[in-house]
Amino acid sequence: MPDPMRIRAQAAGDKTTVRVLMAHEMETGQRKDAAGKTIPAWHITEVNATHNGKPVMTAQWGTSISKNPFLQFVLKGAKPGDKIGVTWVDNRGETRSDEALVS
Amino acid sequence: MPSRRELLRRSVGAAGLLAGLGLLPEAAQAAYAQAAFDAKSLGDVVKALGVSAPVDSKDVVMQGPDIAENGAVVPVTVGCALPGARRLLLLVEKNPAMLCGVFDISDAVEPSFATRVKMAQSSNVIAVALMADGRVLFSQKEIKVTLGGCGG
Repeated sequence: MPDPMRIRAQAAGDKTTVRVLMAHEMETGQRKDAAGKTIPAWHITEVNATHNGKPVMTAQWGTSISKNPFLQFVLKGAKPGDKIGVTWVDNRGETRSDEALVS
Repeated sequence: MPSRRELLRRSVGAAGLLAGLGLLPEAAQAAYAQAAFDAKSLGDVVKALGVSAPVDSKDVVMQGPDIAENGAVVPVTVGCALPGARRLLLLVEKNPAMLCGVFDISDAVEPSFATRVKMAQSSNVIAVALMADGRVLFSQKEIKVTLGGCGG
């Protein structure tokens, strides 16, 4: 089971800034190991965010997103206590979902 | 204590179940824009996404440092000051994999996303906004990298 994400959602008026830090190696497929073999690409391909269960954002990522990816976006119309859910899927089919409440 | 035969039978069953679960993400990834992520130029990326050639625009936001100390982790922000953006693209021109990300914008979020990217070398970083009315707008910023970030 992949490591949990850290999600912080801070409301300021109508706008809520959501910051997510995901734990993932994000191998580009460019690196070679000590034996000279290319380390295969292993990266998050899709990120979905929901607000109280309703999808609000989807992102598709390639290999150029940094290791332990950071994502920040601004949600409209959320109130403290609302639930923010984030799910990622990677190219191996592994997935991780975490939730946080808007503060 | 289950027999060895029983344990083997159960583990095959579990593998079958996991394979079944593994099929689901693949179906979701059928929508993944693989051709766009494999493209080697901005023109090829937009063609793979089925949109027209991008036009330079002051209303597209491409923020980042002038000099990145660590090419493995460069903080960037892409955005669009105009309403009606449907998708934002983030590209690093001189990366082996040029397209970094595609962000789909719903009415519930602002058209602005911040993340961190790997940059192989000093390069233009490009934000492209795909508007609902079909316009394709872009803005770019040169970010210099002192230590390349693709592990080469």
